Amino acid sequence: MSAGLATEPLAPADEAGVAASVRAAYQAGEPLLVLGNGSKRGMLRPVQAGRTLSTGGLAGVTLYSPQELVLSARAGTTVADLTAAVAAQGQQITAEIPDFSALLGSSAPPTLGGAVAANLSGPRRVAWGALRDHVLGVRAVNGTGEVIRSGGRVLKNVTGLDLCKLLTGSHGTLAVLTEITLKVLPAAERRATLVLRGLDPVQGVAALSAALGSPYGVSAAAYVPADLAALVPGLHGAAALVRLEDFASFVSYRSERLRADLSSFGPADLLDDAATLAAWAAIRDAAPLAGEPGAIWRVSVRPSAGPRVAAVLERMFGARWFLDWGGGLVWIAGPATAAAHEAVCAAAREAGGTWTLLRAPEALRAAVEVIPPEAKTLAAIARRVKAAFDPKAILNPGRMRAGE
Amino acid sequence: MITQLPPRQDVLARRDAIVAGLRRLLPPDAVIAEPLRLRPYETDGLAAYRQVPLAVALPETTAQVAAVMQFLHREGVPVVPRGAGTSLSGGALPMADSVVLGLMRLNRILEIDTADRLAVVQAGVTNIAITQAVQGKGFFYAPDPSSQLACMIGGNVSMNAGGAHCLRYGVTTNNLLGLKLVTVEGEVVEIGGCHFDAAGYDWLGLLTGSEGQLAIVTEVTVRLLHAPEGARAMLVAFRSNEVAGACVASIIASGIIPVALEFMDRPAIHACEAFAHAGYPLDAEALLIIEVEGSPAEQDELLGRLQELCARHEPTSLRVSACAEESAAIWKGRKGAFGAVGRISPDYLCMDGVIPTSRLADVLHRIGEMGAETGLQVANIFHAGDGNLHPLIMFDANDPDSFRRAERLGADILTLCVEAGGCLTGEHGVGMEKRDLMGVQFTAVELDQQRRIKSAFDPGWLLNPSKVFPLPAAPA
Repeated sequence: MSAGLATEPLAPADEAGVAASVRAAYQAGEPLLVLGNGSKRGMLRPVQAGRTLSTGGLAGVTLYSPQELVLSARAGTTVADLTAAVAAQGQQITAEIPDFSALLGSSAPPTLGGAVAANLSGPRRVAWGALRDHVLGVRAVNGTGEVIRSGGRVLKNVTGLDLCKLLTGSHGTLAVLTEITLKVLPAAERRATLVLRGLDPVQGVAALSAALGSPYGVSAAAYVPADLAALVPGLHGAAALVRLEDFASFVSYRSERLRADLSSFGPADLLDDAATLAAWAAIRDAAPLAGEPGAIWRVSVRPSAGPRVAAVLERMFGARWFLDWGGGLVWIAGPATAAAHEAVCAAAREAGGTWTLLRAPEALRAAVEVIPPEAKTLAAIARRVKAAFDPKAILNPGRMRAGE
Repeated sequence: MITQLPPRQDVLARRDAIVAGLRRLLPPDAVIAEPLRLRPYETDGLAAYRQVPLAVALPETTAQVAAVMQFLHREGVPVVPRGAGTSLSGGALPMADSVVLGLMRLNRILEIDTADRLAVVQAGVTNIAITQAVQGKGFFYAPDPSSQLACMIGGNVSMNAGGAHCLRYGVTTNNLLGLKLVTVEGEVVEIGGCHFDAAGYDWLGLLTGSEGQLAIVTEVTVRLLHAPEGARAMLVAFRSNEVAGACVASIIASGIIPVALEFMDRPAIHACEAFAHAGYPLDAEALLIIEVEGSPAEQDELLGRLQELCARHEPTSLRVSACAEESAAIWKGRKGAFGAVGRISPDYLCMDGVIPTSRLADVLHRIGEMGAETGLQVANIFHAGDGNLHPLIMFDANDPDSFRRAERLGADILTLCVEAGGCLTGEHGVGMEKRDLMGVQFTAVELDQQRRIKSAFDPGWLLNPSKVFPLPAAPA
């Protein structure tokens, strides 16, 4: 465990305080473990840093204009508080931010800054984009303590380099996010889920592709094999699930049309609004794997390759798995060993995809490539971009890759 | 006229050797150096700015692009990438000492997979060609800039192109999976792939909209979407911009996100009606075109709800289309808008600011005042749902003073957009046109942060020079 726990964390109450903390660390050349409330510390590589800098003290919504679909909040605002704020206006955070607390064994409430730093997107990603697609603007402090902004509070903006995208998913290694503006959308009037039972994984993904390739605006598509089905509310036995979210009359019409269009895959049952919410919350948070011992990986591949990745890993180390994003997101549980990790990497590489070691004991996370290495040319650019933000490499050193 | 970096005299002096070097790397007809044949490349969609380049190279493959870039990098020659040359911000404007790298011959569609909902295409494939290749299966590529018949996907990526339907489907950056790039040194780099969300830094997001400052795009993997069952439009006229703006706000607040929500002010209505005879009401001060998607019954339901909402804002007229032909008629004026304005005034600047939608009415009011003060006519056509304004400033290119006033008014309008909480450009890019306004939106610290990222990709600043970033010390 990093030494950051030994000393009192820096927990400034505002952006100026964050900037002062980073500036002092920059001058001292002292690495910082950057986090919100630390709910995702179990992800990726452990950070070796003398001090911890938390943005958990920067809380609160700073702008919410429902009729303009924009919401700004300080980085430490909890995802739960934001979700409640938009729900009160009949809106939603489009990316359906997952909560990995159970998976990672954390009781700390996840923050907006942490979710954006990790670019965490739930089932709706397949139809409506990732969290990064909805980040309209950011404020952040770079590794020298300078405050920088990118984007803004309007829905379209191509002014200058898009640092919103670059900082989203950079896990606090380039700059410390202090405030984020999101595009939000109206929440659906009603939800429903079509459940096709008893399909094998290849048939299941074919059904998901047919549904996602329909005109009915499917908002999520997942496949859960028989051994994990009991852990998703409403399921028993292997199932392909297709979610509709829209005006109530649209959902009734579209579910019937989809049921007819998918009839070659067998009969479909319908989960109602409440059952839909429960089932997809479980899929979003990877609840079927939360009780598994060992390591957890997320592998992203083209959807048709998902079943093969799953089959290979099942054969190699008895992987437990399920598929989201139409088959393209493979959630995997297996032994926390370097050999299992190498098998996951190889399967992802062979499918032309990408992986993240989401959960493992610290020793394994420190020893392996938790995300894919970059090719030589890109790796050199990445080092220069890192230096362009954080010349003394004090922000979350080693969080994503060793030596970076 | 905007300031440019002085041409590198050493490059100009080596012109013949540079052209000869390009000819060794490319097929005989792929290098243009004759003055007359260079003329078509002297400008792009922002025709007010012109500069003949040193030479034009037209590679056909990524390998040729890499070879050309290696050579030009070694020779220290600036490079201006170009797709179809439709940029409205001068993004493809050549420099006197630069080689224009035209990507239009990389025009093959490499893969279409409607099961995985993606297509892999070369940079010179036109935007519309992607949709045409998949529409037989019911699919489409969503971003639809108004230049979509001509503009190419490589340019769309470089400028992060938008369109009339981005309120629902997003802009280019939201519809990409992967890129093949050539660096300034001539190395081939692949980012993303056929899957979502590569772990690691979001190079795809950074490169999209980077306006040719970071690398050359040669291949693009795009997301394909299935088209909805159908779409229908309605046309609503109002007695003032304020009322129309309030109507836009109440539509969005109601939970309905129309697939398109277009706004035209009085000068634009008159220009379009004279040109297209679309039946637009000439007594209106403002017009909304609202389009919804779904089955016929769903369209009816949404249009019914929208009619109720609009009725609360006392429209002066309201027309709901009953079929695809009537929708096409409603769109006819809007789609011909730029041509229509071109008929009133041979020359106009098309601006691209964005404002918070709550500020629509007062910003339009101020633009009207500013136009009157400058003695220039301004027609406003824009994507109302996302606040993306396109003021068209009419001027006379034969009158240098008129052009100067138009440029000045354009800068003032964009400054107004930033002051209202918006930004300089929503979809056209900074390019040459808005470079010197970047300081209005960004602090010196922020611009330096962006410059350092540029330097990380292009240490010698050879890629698309003189654009996007204000010149460090502008020569007089």
